[in-house]
Amino acid sequence: MFGSKVQRSGHSYRHLFNGWARIRKPSSTQPNWSPKERKFCKSPANYSDFSVARLWLYGFYRQMKNSKSNKTKSAGLPKSPTGIQGLDEITFGGFPKGRSSLICGGAGCGKTLLGLEFLVNGARQYNEPGVFVTFEEGAQELIANVSSLKFELNKLVEQRLILLDHVRVERSEIEESGEYDLEGLFIRLEHAIDKIGAKRVVLDTVEGLFAGFSNQGIIRAELRRLFQFLKTKGVTSIITAERGEGTLTRQGLEEYVADCVILLDNRIIDQVSTRRLRIVKYRGSSHGANEYPFLIDEGGFAVLPITSLGLQHQVSDEVVPTGVPDLDAMLAVGGYYRGSSIFVSGTAGTGKSTLAASLVSAANQRGERAQYFSFEESPSQLIRNMLSVGIDLKRGIKQGLFKIISNRPAFFGLEMHLVTIHKLISEFKPTVVVIDPITSLVSASNYNDVRAMVTRLIDFLKFEKITSLFTSLSDTNPSLEKTDIEVSSLMDTWLLLRDIELNGERNRGLYVLKSRGMAHSNQIREFVLSKDGIKLIDVYAGTGGS
Amino acid sequence: MAKRRPKKAAPRRDDYVLRLYTSGSTPRSARAIDNIRKICEDRLSGRYQLDVIDLYQQPELAQSDDVIAIPTLVKELPPPKRRVVGDLSDEKRVLIGLALPATKVGA
Repeated sequence: MFGSKVQRSGHSYRHLFNGWARIRKPSSTQPNWSPKERKFCKSPANYSDFSVARLWLYGFYRQMKNSKSNKTKSAGLPKSPTGIQGLDEITFGGFPKGRSSLICGGAGCGKTLLGLEFLVNGARQYNEPGVFVTFEEGAQELIANVSSLKFELNKLVEQRLILLDHVRVERSEIEESGEYDLEGLFIRLEHAIDKIGAKRVVLDTVEGLFAGFSNQGIIRAELRRLFQFLKTKGVTSIITAERGEGTLTRQGLEEYVADCVILLDNRIIDQVSTRRLRIVKYRGSSHGANEYPFLIDEGGFAVLPITSLGLQHQVSDEVVPTGVPDLDAMLAVGGYYRGSSIFVSGTAGTGKSTLAASLVSAANQRGERAQYFSFEESPSQLIRNMLSVGIDLKRGIKQGLFKIISNRPAFFGLEMHLVTIHKLISEFKPTVVVIDPITSLVSASNYNDVRAMVTRLIDFLKFEKITSLFTSLSDTNPSLEKTDIEVSSLMDTWLLLRDIELNGERNRGLYVLKSRGMAHSNQIREFVLSKDGIKLIDVYAGTGGS
Repeated sequence: MAKRRPKKAAPRRDDYVLRLYTSGSTPRSARAIDNIRKICEDRLSGRYQLDVIDLYQQPELAQSDDVIAIPTLVKELPPPKRRVVGDLSDEKRVLIGLALPATKVGA
């Protein structure tokens, strides 16, 4: 047994005999021995074969345990969770506990909100009261500003879980004469912390301090002392600061607060703004290094770590019916695989949305949830149009199994679309998702970005085992098999819809261009939209047809 | 801790009501107390009221007067309310802060 173990691991087997070494040297130089062990080894009567073997095994076990616990220890700097969706994931647990973090960014990018939410979540979810020191807005102003969000700041203040302290620094009222320090602020802060037993402190924009006093040297020295003071108080603190030109902060604060620096950014590209967050540094901890888009909505902050999940998803053999029996018959397994991505491309008016709606309605009939992201039609328009071909989407909506989300592509940036889709999917937890059409997203950005976005979306959907259907509007150019966004290689099943003009008629044709992991028909079938849904009629069966 | 002068009588219209915030008995605080006493005696003899407040003893008072820097001299009356921070060693600046003429009374 041991021989095989040694062979397999390929290491020296000396460590296996540590137990022996311990028995021979039961000295007090082994500080991590429990009193029980030491006593056991000191008494020679215990040196029976049985107990030696037991001790040896125990030593072996201890070593295994130690090596395991060491590993977890090195990975874990104590952290203070923010309770903000996504942020805890990319920081691997939150802000460093008992230390100071810096949040920097330009005006209006959400610094105050992030700080406030850290406190609110701390008070509500983690039983950690917090002090919010503001140098800018008054307490009442602040409460009014965030009243549109679901923070209920008033209540938390009443419950003494959050203490708002507005420090007014008015340059015009202050005359300087001789030496001074900021001991007053320290005393005030300490008083506030002790009053409610705070574990978290937020100082909202320290620029306020710099604006109030002319002697910058003193303020700098005092700030450094302030961070030390906060550390000794054992509170997890956040300091917000304005972004400077070429530096992270206008006052170079990143030199003082070195434990964790987060940069917020509100970028406008093609008149569309996207908020992004980046962890610039996080001492003693690994963190997500990318720029992550984030949302501010009525629930507060939401960061979405969606840059790439990679290709680690598990696949399913389960089959999801397409909602069109004739199409099921064209696919050897009788439908799409669950969690696969389906691409439906075709020219205008070939029935792409109808095909998508059939999939959704079939899912609803099975009692599964589905979500439809429409970039061109409003919910009521979609419902009416689908009813005309015998697909009743209303029933699913009434049962709470179906949701249509309509947004114009230019409503916000691509990242934002992705983030919104993510958020809504995470909330609704559907098994089928339709994006109709992805081509119109190009109007919100360019081809490359759309392709990158679709990749990330597919990664996410596959990871969640959600069957997804993307429609794509093709130009009426000869090469239909070249999609505009060139995402076809990402897709598992590709259905092509096209017009067939023949004998004075214009008919719709459908064929399966590819379907990974299953045999499929090679026929081009005529595609009929009837009152009872989609029907496929044989249109052409040549020499190779079955 | 608070020292009042003249005795608690309500301040007259042109009386000066001053508060000096200190933190314990640091040399800087002691200097500030000496300096303001001297200035007051020289210029405002008999018509001022000076409270010296040790923030360590009464930390809750820091909020009501928005005190951050130590020492801070607050001129409550006559309006407008003004503040002078520092050990008050620069007499000129203190006089500007208190809106007092640069020349001594009766000099």
